[in-house]
Amino acid sequence: MLTLLRTIGAGFLGFLAGTGRLVMFAATAISHCFRPPFYFRLIGRQMLDIGYYSLPVVGMTTLFSGMVLALQSYSGFARFSAEGAIATVVVLSMTRELAPVLAGLMVAGRVGAAMAAEIGTMRVTEQIDALTTLSTNPFKYLVVPRIMAGTLMLPLLVLTGDIIGVFGGYVVAVYKLGFNPGTYIKSTVEYLEFIDVASGLVKAAVFGFLISLMGCYHGYNSRGGAQGVGAATTNAVVSASILLLIFNYIITELFFAR
Amino acid sequence: MSTSPKIRIRGLKKRFGSKQVLNGVDLDVGIGESLVIIGGSGSGKSVLLKCILGLITPDEGSIQIDGEETTGLSGRERERVMRKFGMLFQGGALFDSLKVWENVAFGLIQGRGTAKAEARLVALEKLAQVGLTEAVAELSPAELSGGMQKRVALARAIATEPEIIFFDEPTTGLDPIMADVINDLIAASVKELGATAMSITHDMASARKIADHIAMIYEGRIIWHGAVAEIDNSGNDHVDQFINGRAEGPIQMQVTRP
Repeated sequence: MLTLLRTIGAGFLGFLAGTGRLVMFAATAISHCFRPPFYFRLIGRQMLDIGYYSLPVVGMTTLFSGMVLALQSYSGFARFSAEGAIATVVVLSMTRELAPVLAGLMVAGRVGAAMAAEIGTMRVTEQIDALTTLSTNPFKYLVVPRIMAGTLMLPLLVLTGDIIGVFGGYVVAVYKLGFNPGTYIKSTVEYLEFIDVASGLVKAAVFGFLISLMGCYHGYNSRGGAQGVGAATTNAVVSASILLLIFNYIITELFFAR
Repeated sequence: MSTSPKIRIRGLKKRFGSKQVLNGVDLDVGIGESLVIIGGSGSGKSVLLKCILGLITPDEGSIQIDGEETTGLSGRERERVMRKFGMLFQGGALFDSLKVWENVAFGLIQGRGTAKAEARLVALEKLAQVGLTEAVAELSPAELSGGMQKRVALARAIATEPEIIFFDEPTTGLDPIMADVINDLIAASVKELGATAMSITHDMASARKIADHIAMIYEGRIIWHGAVAEIDNSGNDHVDQFINGRAEGPIQMQVTRP
């Protein structure tokens, strides 16, 4: 019994210590975001990598999500003759939920993992120590560009995803289900409000921050060679995905729970 | 020593978990002196270097560089002191995302704000000094052999003309001839810069070649410190066992016998 309590206690203390370390890491990273020197070239390269090279993945994901959403809601809503609502359902679901969450999860897998692996390898091969001995702050050089690029680029990706997803719904509705194109577009924009898109973009920024933070944090603290880097990569993706879903609920609550 | 030492360490302690790695290290390194620290694997040599560099924070004790206490420095103050240092890492720790010359010029461009073109010329000059041509400068570190990587790392360590240079096992993993080449390069470049050098190694041939003084670390303390000529008549059993490479003696390796 005592052993059980001790195990639970140790686990809980470990969790608190880990959370504290993560918060300290995040605070340090954010404070460095506002203090020179800034490495603009590195920020640019990360923005290209996170934003531009994630476009195909995010585009495919949102396209098919929009398409399946139109199909599903049609077959469901037909039961009570509410087919007219599918344009609204597609656009609201995409902008508020699906585009940010799906894009976030895809980017976590693609970018978060790459960050953890790259920084983790630099850690275990002493490249991060080498940065320090060359009078370069590893936070400014490695962490800040990634976090800035992640936070800035994910909203743009999600905005693109919104448009592609709505387009996917349109294609299915018009060419498969026989909707009138003009009517579909009209009902798409009719009930759409600014806050629907804005909330999705705020989510995207938070997700982008979380993904790059977890990638950098786990990479930066990886230990013990190839295996450690592997574990860091897994932890980065899993923790980013879970945090992303938790924050998705919290942000939705803040925006829409009245 | 009549002049005040470049590096002065008193009562330095560091423990990791239950293992007391450094247990009260006292050490002086004079200006322009080349000190080699010998000791078995896990005796705390690397931890000692990293404490001086500020990569690891010691639990107790004092480290003075030019009479200035450096434990507890952070941020810009730490960066200012770091400018005095150059370090050759055991695995080279070259940045694999950068070309060879960019690696060598890194400390000049990022740390000192030297213009790129000018820094490139200095980098080429330093590469020539370690026997590497301009063609090598455009390669990426992954394309080089182990010996060439060590030379690039040496060029990087001396590129900013530091006052103090650390060498972490400079000859580990090299064939005897290449090891001798590296030893010669280290001795020559330290002399040319007039720098204070501190090396850690367990390669006695290397130690004899680059050292003025040798200190032996054992169980987290300096147990012997003297001129290189005295090492064969140290009168210390631990030192005798180490330099002659005997398994039998006061130092017991923890080996599980079948």
